[in-house]
Amino acid sequence: MGSTRVNLCGIELDNPVIPASGTFGYGYEFAELYDINCLGTFSFKGTTREPRFGNPTPRIAECTAGMINAVGLQNPGVEKVISEELPRLRKVFRKPVMANVSGFSVEDYADTCRLLDRQEQVGWLEVNISCPNVHGGGMSFGTDPAAAASVIRAVKAVTTKPVIAKLSPNVTDITVIAKACEDAGADGISLINTLLGMRIDLKTRRPVIANTMGGFSGPAIFPVALRMVYQTARAVTVPVIGIGGVGTAEDVIEMMLAGATAVEIGAANLVDPFVCRDIVRDLPEVMRQYGIDDLRDVTGGVKQWEKT
Amino acid sequence: MKQGLFTISEHRPLTENVMELRLRGDASAVTVPGQFVNIRLDGRFLRRPISVCDRAGDTLTLIYKIVGGGTRQMAQMRAGQQLDLLTGLGNGFDPSLAGDAPVLLGGGVGTPPMYWLAKTLIARGMPVRAVLGFNTKSEVFYEKELQALGAEVTVTTVDGSCGVKGFVTDGLPKQYSYFFACGPEPMLKAVWKSTGTSGQLSFEERMGCGFGACMGCSCKTLTGFKRICKDGPVLRKEEILWEARV
Repeated sequence: MGSTRVNLCGIELDNPVIPASGTFGYGYEFAELYDINCLGTFSFKGTTREPRFGNPTPRIAECTAGMINAVGLQNPGVEKVISEELPRLRKVFRKPVMANVSGFSVEDYADTCRLLDRQEQVGWLEVNISCPNVHGGGMSFGTDPAAAASVIRAVKAVTTKPVIAKLSPNVTDITVIAKACEDAGADGISLINTLLGMRIDLKTRRPVIANTMGGFSGPAIFPVALRMVYQTARAVTVPVIGIGGVGTAEDVIEMMLAGATAVEIGAANLVDPFVCRDIVRDLPEVMRQYGIDDLRDVTGGVKQWEKT
Repeated sequence: MKQGLFTISEHRPLTENVMELRLRGDASAVTVPGQFVNIRLDGRFLRRPISVCDRAGDTLTLIYKIVGGGTRQMAQMRAGQQLDLLTGLGNGFDPSLAGDAPVLLGGGVGTPPMYWLAKTLIARGMPVRAVLGFNTKSEVFYEKELQALGAEVTVTTVDGSCGVKGFVTDGLPKQYSYFFACGPEPMLKAVWKSTGTSGQLSFEERMGCGFGACMGCSCKTLTGFKRICKDGPVLRKEEILWEARV
């Protein structure tokens, strides 16, 4: 049987399968169904400095091959995450976990990351820079290379663990943002966060989501995500995590061929709670089918068409 | 929670757009009246949450209204076909608080969960009264089924074409020990206002996963943030914070 092991920013993973933040809570609901220690790791619910309820409901809309969400980073705040969630999480998951962090100012990010960095079980800090910058006119940090870099720099200054910048796809050229994060010290890049989307209810003529717009995810976005992973992996030297519409072991390998070192699975968890377990189970067989002995060799292995 | 394949054993219309669906499969995760299942449909990304009307051994009865493309598609399915269900979702009603003379209030497709609840309470030797509210006579369903369990049933219709004219609140008995309610939110609010006792109310919300992972259906309550799918759908009267709801 081939090896599914990968190395993500200096930490060995049994496999590259990582449930994405916001689709896996702190793992408890899934741990009721299967032993989640089969996963490479998982990225827990986005954490902010202060507790947040998030946006008004409805927060969810369905689309063809996907969904839109505007949850709005509901979480109990970093102090409660550390005092209540992490001790519970430790009971169901033994491996290093990825802490996903959001903020509304550079200081927010730095404070939250500094506290989570001290937690033994946290292996990586995944910094979601898609949030609006309240001191910068509400523009997302992730749409401006200088703002993105300022967040990463501030987080790096107060942490010791690998920092992964999670990028928004809602930009003209994602490689510019990726390079700015790498130059600011990011140890890895994960992408893509959700695409900005919208639905309107024909009966009420209102947006389906109370927040009007939300983040589009699911299998429909896979080709867009794959393209951006491909572009980004060629622009930076740090490891890239591919996210967006992944639902099968074949999708994982395709993301890795495009340049991903590991892969996150998001929306699929919400409709098939066993999907990540099944991907882990299927990977060796799919690797055998495509003649892959060592999954590490796949990363960036896409071949170019010969130019004529 | 469990995931499993269920086979349709019966599927019939109860009214013009309300269907009764009987399914066979491993229903062991469905343990409390007021819980729901989440159904996967071919070509639809999100599952459809539907409340459980009854469970007897490996048979589940679900009643749903055709409201959009997903439920229209489901209504085409026939006996023998299979459905992928997540079962045992939600907290359900707590019948232990019913007292000696509970009243059950169902509005439209909020009626189905009242059936299994009535059955449970009657099995515990309690007299059960139920008030079922509909818009008009042609929409009434499950009156006889609840009567057959031994419940005393009052039907209300908004246009007065059947039973008491008005809303479920117009059919409330003079005396009752406790109430259980399920229906559209305006009905729940009216019930909350006009009931003189404590009670439990089952809410509806647009859901992502249905099992507590996505925080898509959260609401604010006096006892903290709750996920309608996991910490609900049943909330206690005393914890509901209407101002926080839109």
